[in-house]
Amino acid sequence: MSEKWLRVAVVTAMILLVEALCRIDVIPRMVMIAPSDMVVELGKLLASGQFSADIQITFTNIAISTVLSVLLGFAAGVIIYSLPSLRDAIEPLLASYYAVPTFVFYPIFITLFGVGSASIIAIAVLLAVVSMITATLNGLDRIPRVLRKTGQIYRMSRVKTALLIELPAAMPYLFTGVKLAVAYSFIGVIASEFILSGAGVGYAIAYAYNLFENGHMYALMLLVLIVVTVVNTLLNIVDRRLQARRQR
Amino acid sequence: MPRSAGTLLVLLALIVLWQGLHLLVGASSLASPVQTVTKLAALLATGEFWLNVSETMRAFVAAFAISLAGGITLGIVLGVRKLAGNVAEPILTTLYSIPKVVLYPLVLLCFGLGISAKIAFGVMHGLIPITLFSMNAIRQMKPVYRRTSQVMRLSPSQNAFTVIMPAILPEIISGVRLGFSLTLLGVLIGEMFASQRGLGFMLTSAINIGQIDTIMAIALLLTVFAVTCNTLMMRFDRRLTHR
Amino acid sequence: MSAAASGAKIVPLAPQVAAAEAHARLRGVTRVFELPKSTLHALGPIDLDLAKGEFFSVVGPSGCGKSTLLDILAGLSEPQAGTAEFEGKPIRGVPDGVGVVFQEDASFPWLNVRDNVAFGLRRAGMDPAEITRRVDYAVGFMGLKDFAGSYPAQLSGGMRQRVCIARTLVLQPRLILLDEPFGALDQQTRLLMGDELLRLWRETSATVLLITHALDEAAMLSDRVGVMSTRPGTFIDFVETGWERDRDSRVVSTPHFGDITARLWEKLRIEALKIMSAGKA
Ligand SMILES: Nc1ncnc2c1ncn2[C@@H]1O[C@H](COP(=O)(O)OP(=O)(O)OP(=O)(O)O)[C@@H](O)[C@H]1O
Ligand SMILES: [Mg+2]
Repeated sequence: MSEKWLRVAVVTAMILLVEALCRIDVIPRMVMIAPSDMVVELGKLLASGQFSADIQITFTNIAISTVLSVLLGFAAGVIIYSLPSLRDAIEPLLASYYAVPTFVFYPIFITLFGVGSASIIAIAVLLAVVSMITATLNGLDRIPRVLRKTGQIYRMSRVKTALLIELPAAMPYLFTGVKLAVAYSFIGVIASEFILSGAGVGYAIAYAYNLFENGHMYALMLLVLIVVTVVNTLLNIVDRRLQARRQR
Repeated sequence: MPRSAGTLLVLLALIVLWQGLHLLVGASSLASPVQTVTKLAALLATGEFWLNVSETMRAFVAAFAISLAGGITLGIVLGVRKLAGNVAEPILTTLYSIPKVVLYPLVLLCFGLGISAKIAFGVMHGLIPITLFSMNAIRQMKPVYRRTSQVMRLSPSQNAFTVIMPAILPEIISGVRLGFSLTLLGVLIGEMFASQRGLGFMLTSAINIGQIDTIMAIALLLTVFAVTCNTLMMRFDRRLTHR
Repeated sequence: MSAAASGAKIVPLAPQVAAAEAHARLRGVTRVFELPKSTLHALGPIDLDLAKGEFFSVVGPSGCGKSTLLDILAGLSEPQAGTAEFEGKPIRGVPDGVGVVFQEDASFPWLNVRDNVAFGLRRAGMDPAEITRRVDYAVGFMGLKDFAGSYPAQLSGGMRQRVCIARTLVLQPRLILLDEPFGALDQQTRLLMGDELLRLWRETSATVLLITHALDEAAMLSDRVGVMSTRPGTFIDFVETGWERDRDSRVVSTPHFGDITARLWEKLRIEALKIMSAGKA
């Protein structure tokens, strides 16, 4: 409990420091507006509904890409796990996957799918899916042999064993994959919008920056920060429950 | 070596897929493998390209060095100081999942349109994963190791170099590998968005005038570079840890 | 102390009990593991008859193939040579009526103690009221009443092992296979758990095969103890204890008990020495 409050205190202190620096003009208004002003701007912006289309499109794309990555990554993980020779061939590639600067392929997706949600979702899935594959493989690897044996002793069918023993046993590791898939979907979607797109929160931030509209820009940044923090906190709560059951 | 033979086969399949896709969508949308390699060779022959490469490399090397030194130091401190680690961890994971591009305007406003903004942006990407992995390496070290070194009455430096370092090294290298990729990504995105030089800038201009073969040649170069470095780091890890 | 001086009855090796009575029977059972670069002869050939209702213990040096033997009886792995039968039928897959407590902790970390114990009963589709009754009994019996709602990660190693024992026993198997079930328990609890196991065995008339490292445990609990050689494990001696059916841990204070453990140790010492000298060579 006290750790939690300490954390709140640390974050609050940092915000207050920035606030003070802005107020006494150590940080000029041109560079950054005070956090309290950001909140006010965000309130105005949400009330006006000016960006609601952008906000909606961004979070819809993030949701779609998360779901796609988790499902595709899990399915691919199970298939790769069940084919050891394929796995031997693919694993060195998976280990190097995050070394590939995925964003570089974004222009290619644009020529394939056009500018729009499809390209953005494709790039986000490309970024997120591999962490789910890796997490699935890791989870399946870590099911203790004795638990599968126990399933056999109860003479359970293959499907029953998978649902009642293998899935729950792998769950803490699978959830790590889900967490990463969410994070990478956020990054993939918003970064793509930022670099090359005509809609979405990322685009709106870049647009506001180019027009020197600091009010809008910081309000939207704050929005992204808040949403990421809330989602991350929720995922961490679930994660902590799952991890607590992991033994030893 | 049947293992790497299988990997080669998969790579070959990917190239065939690439060629197939090229035939399907046409040369204006997707350059073929041969076109890409030819273009890359042509680019590598020009001095201007190398200027851009060295520009990106300068920013990358600086950013990676800062991420490495800062991340490992910070990670070890947070790993040893339990309370500080517990307080910082959720903050760090949240920072990690923030799409850092949205903060790029802030970086530009602070550092201006130069190499320092690119370096700062690379560090923003690379520092946190290295910190998190180093911190967890220390925290998840089996307590029995520490107790063993106590029982053997090792001096603090013996303890650090013969027990703790080898025990945490694999985790740290994993963090460094991820940090390497993300730092490179950060620098590139920085160049794509606001820069007049570097590979990222070349990418943006190629996109704007629709030069698909240039885009793919640069993508290929970066991929080969990143994967090679990553493979070397994995080899290094395996050599050190006998795993 | 020589074997002849001990009071334990000396039984000839190999087929003993009349074949018709055998509840489980192994003939010439051999298990070989194919390793990437070699093969490992882990077990056998083994001949063994377990009489119905018998309490049989196996002692042997570490790595001699005891767990491998248990896997074959449980139908979890098939021998490369020889035959294995349970209740007159060849063992193909896990037979009905066999319960196993594994050497490793097999409690399910995602279920609490109560749900862990109920797991097998629910699979069998038993009436919920009956499940509750049996689970309550087993949880109390294993001294886990205060932890019924706890998850395995919150329990000690010995308590987790008790969860696994309870989970197996509630199913009332006819053949109970136990692989060092008391390994993580302290000596006192061990003796008391042994008493409980004996009581259960008497009440259910199940056949029990117990693998253990503890010679006193084998000597106190069993009707008969099989001593295994180093790998590849074969039975090098069978010792009949001759205890009454309603015995308990108090037999440890009798002279006869000393004789049995002495006899077991004499055989095992030679095997243990073999391992040590092989290690030095
Ligand atoms: N799945 C397996 N693959 C390869 N070798 C195995 C496998 N299972 C067991 N072995 C080998 O077979 C031998 C016997 O193993 P087993 O587990 O039966 O020994 P044990 O008598 O139960 O030992 P302990 O008393 O230490 O539990 C060992 O040398 C072990 O390395
Ligand atoms: Mg064993």
